[in-house]
Amino acid sequence: MKGRGGLAAILPFLWLALFFAFPFLLVAKLSLSDTALAIPPYAPRIDWSRGLAGVRDFLAALDVETYGRLTRDRLYLDAYLSSLRIAATGTGLLLLIGYPIAYGIARCPPAVRQALVMAVVLPFWTSFLIRIYAWIAILKPAGVLNAALGALGLPPVDILNTETAVILGLVYAYLPFMVLPLYAVLEKQDESLIEAAQDLGATPLSAFWRVTFPLSIPGAAAGALLCFIPMAGEFVIPDLLGGSETLMLGRVIWTEFFANRDWPAASAVAVVLLATLVVPILLFERQQAKVLR
Amino acid sequence: MDQGADGPLSERPPPHRPQIGGIRDTFAPWEDPGAKPLVRFEGVAKAFGATAAVKGVDLSIYEREFFALLGPSGCGKTTLMRMLAGFETPDAGRILLEGRDIAADPPHRRPVHMMFQAYALFPHLSVAQNIAFGLKRQGLPKAEVSARVEEMLALVKLDGMGRRRPDQLSGGQRQRVALARAIAPRPRILLLDEPMAALDKKLREETQFELMNLQQTLGMTFMIVTHDQDEAMVVADRIAVMREGEIVQVGRPGEVYEAPADRYVAGFIGDVNLFEGRVAVSEGGRVRLISDDGTFEADGAGPVGETAWVAVRPEKVAVHTEPPVAGANVLAGRIHDYGYLGDWTTYLVEVAPGRRVRATRANATRTVERPLGCGDAVWLSFAPSSAVVLTR
Repeated sequence: MKGRGGLAAILPFLWLALFFAFPFLLVAKLSLSDTALAIPPYAPRIDWSRGLAGVRDFLAALDVETYGRLTRDRLYLDAYLSSLRIAATGTGLLLLIGYPIAYGIARCPPAVRQALVMAVVLPFWTSFLIRIYAWIAILKPAGVLNAALGALGLPPVDILNTETAVILGLVYAYLPFMVLPLYAVLEKQDESLIEAAQDLGATPLSAFWRVTFPLSIPGAAAGALLCFIPMAGEFVIPDLLGGSETLMLGRVIWTEFFANRDWPAASAVAVVLLATLVVPILLFERQQAKVLR
Repeated sequence: MDQGADGPLSERPPPHRPQIGGIRDTFAPWEDPGAKPLVRFEGVAKAFGATAAVKGVDLSIYEREFFALLGPSGCGKTTLMRMLAGFETPDAGRILLEGRDIAADPPHRRPVHMMFQAYALFPHLSVAQNIAFGLKRQGLPKAEVSARVEEMLALVKLDGMGRRRPDQLSGGQRQRVALARAIAPRPRILLLDEPMAALDKKLREETQFELMNLQQTLGMTFMIVTHDQDEAMVVADRIAVMREGEIVQVGRPGEVYEAPADRYVAGFIGDVNLFEGRVAVSEGGRVRLISDDGTFEADGAGPVGETAWVAVRPEKVAVHTEPPVAGANVLAGRIHDYGYLGDWTTYLVEVAPGRRVRATRANATRTVERPLGCGDAVWLSFAPSSAVVLTR
């Protein structure tokens, strides 16, 4: 029994070491290399035939020059800031849209709740790419949206290939990740707390703001991080809906890697993005620990 | 040895009836025809889907009364209380508070506060903030709120605990915070929903007396919902026994115990031995009943020739090792089983195959000359005035 318990404890660490720590170290190593006309296109590489001396030479050749390049070219800073801005805007909108949805579902009778949670998750049954392509069909100048606006006698809008379209796509794609954690905290909230608040003279609105809302903050924080972090590094949605105007780090990484064959730059951008996101993740962890205690 | 079925009754009740229950209590506003009830339920009914939870209840609760709604789970007592708090709407009937119909008032406008069963303390607020919640909603000035919170903390003996969080308190402390929170805004009536269900036995007994003291000190009206008959007996001025959405009997604890309205009440409150038979004689407040177990005489009245039951509490049944003088209310049997409880011993005496009578005896002395055991032949007897006749 003891051995099994030990294995169960080690497994997550093995998993993390194999699929997170090791790849990350590879990327970090790449970001400290220089570009080279070679296959693969970077240098230095470890010359194993020379044994320990080869490793020593390899380590000596690593430098932070690529990071210096990142600070000198405005493109990277702009992409970085606009990624954070777009992710923050998307997260804000998701909170505003997701909270009422989660709250509404949690207030329904249990049988209806199940069906509604199902409905929230249902879009996952269709390919993500197809759903984003569908947005192109909706948003393109002669698309569904403008046809509907025209039918209502309203002027057409041209929002495909703009930041607006990207934010629309992000909010659409990430809504379940906001709704589900919020629903989880709202659903398990003790109804008698609301009754107690009303019993003590709080109007239904005041009971919501003083009891329901503060108690749902952990769910809102979980949803916000679950959405903000991947949105900041999102590639597919800005690529398909944002056109060439929208600058986001995911696309910068893609361009550096595949178009410019600048693996070190792509890796350095990825490391910076991760480092930025680690801060909110740690904050979230501390908040969760507080809730559990 | 037995008197004939229609012979004279062996003992007549005295013309002046002694008071039931043996407690002298002068607080009885319900006996005053001029008294105005604080709360009045008039034909209140409530159904959930096809299930009728409360079926036309009439009830009056008076100022400063400690009133108990007693019944098994699902009898509608909680629904009745929740209708008074405003969390459920009656399908029919009226609820009056100080003579005014409060149907249109939402819960937050009713001067009725509730102490919830699981306390429902706000986990994100401190003890002091929990107690201040209702006071702040009343718009009291800050200084007065904090003064009242301190006063409440002292009242429930939680001085200095104001800054703690509910999850840092013991079960008993949480219960007292819930109590303080509900009484702080000085409601016209405090509703207590199974307030002691989560406490252990010893703490529960202490709390019962504390609750009574508090109610006396504050001069507040309390209404408690409970399924625990001991609890209702200890704390309440009057008890309403409920069954399947109806009130079966309302009375002082002593009345409900010693003069139950029917077999249900007799069995729900305390233990009871029932002897089914046919009424032979009924005169002057005394009845003779002929049953398979013998002839019984008991207080009450019943239609001659009809089926009725003689009910007698186990503690009123005497256990003899020698046959007593033959007559009514005497049974012979063997001890089938017993339970030694320290203060009491309960005997299960088999008087006929499969028919067992329960008798309890106070262990008034430490040593007993002739101890009883399983299989011993014993005789049971009880005085006619110690038993009642039930016709339902």
